Amino acid sequence: MTRADFYRRDRRQHPVPLSPGYKSTVLRAPLRPLHAVEQSALERSGPALGNTALGPLDHDLIRNAAQGGDALGERIYVFGQVLDENARPVPNALIEIWQANAAGRYAHVKDGYLAPLDPNFSGCGRCVSDGEGRYLFRTIKPGPYPWPNNGSDWRPAHIHLSIFGEAFAQRLVTQLYFEGDPLIPLCPIVNTIPDPAAIDRLVARLDMRNQEPFDCLAYRFDIVLRGRRQTHFETRPEGA
Amino acid sequence: MNDRLKETPSQTAGPYVHIGTAPQAIGRPALPNQPGPVIESNTGEAIVIEGLVRDGSGAPVRDAMLEIWQADGMGRVGAYGLFARATTDFDTGTFRFRTVRPGQHAEGHAPHVAVLIFARGINIHLHTRMYFPEDREALAKDPDMRRLEPEAVATLIATEDGKTEDGLPLYRFDIRLQGENETVFFDI
Repeated sequence: MTRADFYRRDRRQHPVPLSPGYKSTVLRAPLRPLHAVEQSALERSGPALGNTALGPLDHDLIRNAAQGGDALGERIYVFGQVLDENARPVPNALIEIWQANAAGRYAHVKDGYLAPLDPNFSGCGRCVSDGEGRYLFRTIKPGPYPWPNNGSDWRPAHIHLSIFGEAFAQRLVTQLYFEGDPLIPLCPIVNTIPDPAAIDRLVARLDMRNQEPFDCLAYRFDIVLRGRRQTHFETRPEGA
Repeated sequence: MNDRLKETPSQTAGPYVHIGTAPQAIGRPALPNQPGPVIESNTGEAIVIEGLVRDGSGAPVRDAMLEIWQADGMGRVGAYGLFARATTDFDTGTFRFRTVRPGQHAEGHAPHVAVLIFARGINIHLHTRMYFPEDREALAKDPDMRRLEPEAVATLIATEDGKTEDGLPLYRFDIRLQGENETVFFDI
């Protein structure tokens, strides 16, 4: 079975690899241009991780590492829909997330920030999108934190997301930011993305209609993965 | 065309990628069915792939996460494709996969392992391929390699490095992110 190619990645919508304001890129960005090749049947397919059986609390970071109490901080839902560029829902997408706690500290051996760990919070979660591409996490809004870049840089509050669609060509890792955070325009990592409209698409919106009253605020964040060309525009012969 | 949605922009996985994708690397149990560095498949010859990711100064990248996706030993992709994930060692920067030698999944194309690299300082993941030294002849005719200089193709070919302690063929695949012998990265 031959499936249609994905649209080429529009790299103007993505960060510039070598962006000296974010110092770690200086020695880690390739200097040669990328080599464009035709998509193969391998890249048009991908691991079916969305069929993975998940634990019942995998999407609930307030409880999934709890040692007798809930995680501390601003309780939020992060939810949305996974779509492709043709606005078709992407069901069975595996979304893995990781984040700092409410104080901006990661539960990671390499994070030495002085803000305390939360014994009830690991910052690790995952879920799978449903038949309409919808997903939901419950978590704590992460705190901003300082990082060694220019001596006085702070990351905006953010959640890391890793997404598997239906194909390896759709693989995406990104970060979600929160509406109204004044640290967003100051951040050298955010500013690796040259297009302000593209940055705006990484900002989750406060969604009061989907809050849980007296419990949990809600932020909406839709995710767009690459779309396939329509098969009736496919000009190559079957199997080519 | 114009009413298409735009793909969500990428951002770096950052230094703490392990929390969400490989908790075992920081001493926490992996979640059920979370992908690790070992693929169990009886479709082909078991092999080990080991390598080092180096930056533009030659220093090992000790906080990277790598993923591989390949045909099974019979060349089947799709539902039969094989996936694994490994992180580079905090001390040595080495990554290691155990998998099977992939079969040929497309006529005229040399068998390969697709490799993605995520890390702090990598704003959008890098996509490369590992080819096998015994397929040099097929590679010379591979349409994906046609526009590349032989020196560039050489960055994609693993070297045979003897056997592992448990007797499996060991392939060494070092990845150079930048500079001399920079690995070829693909736009797929």
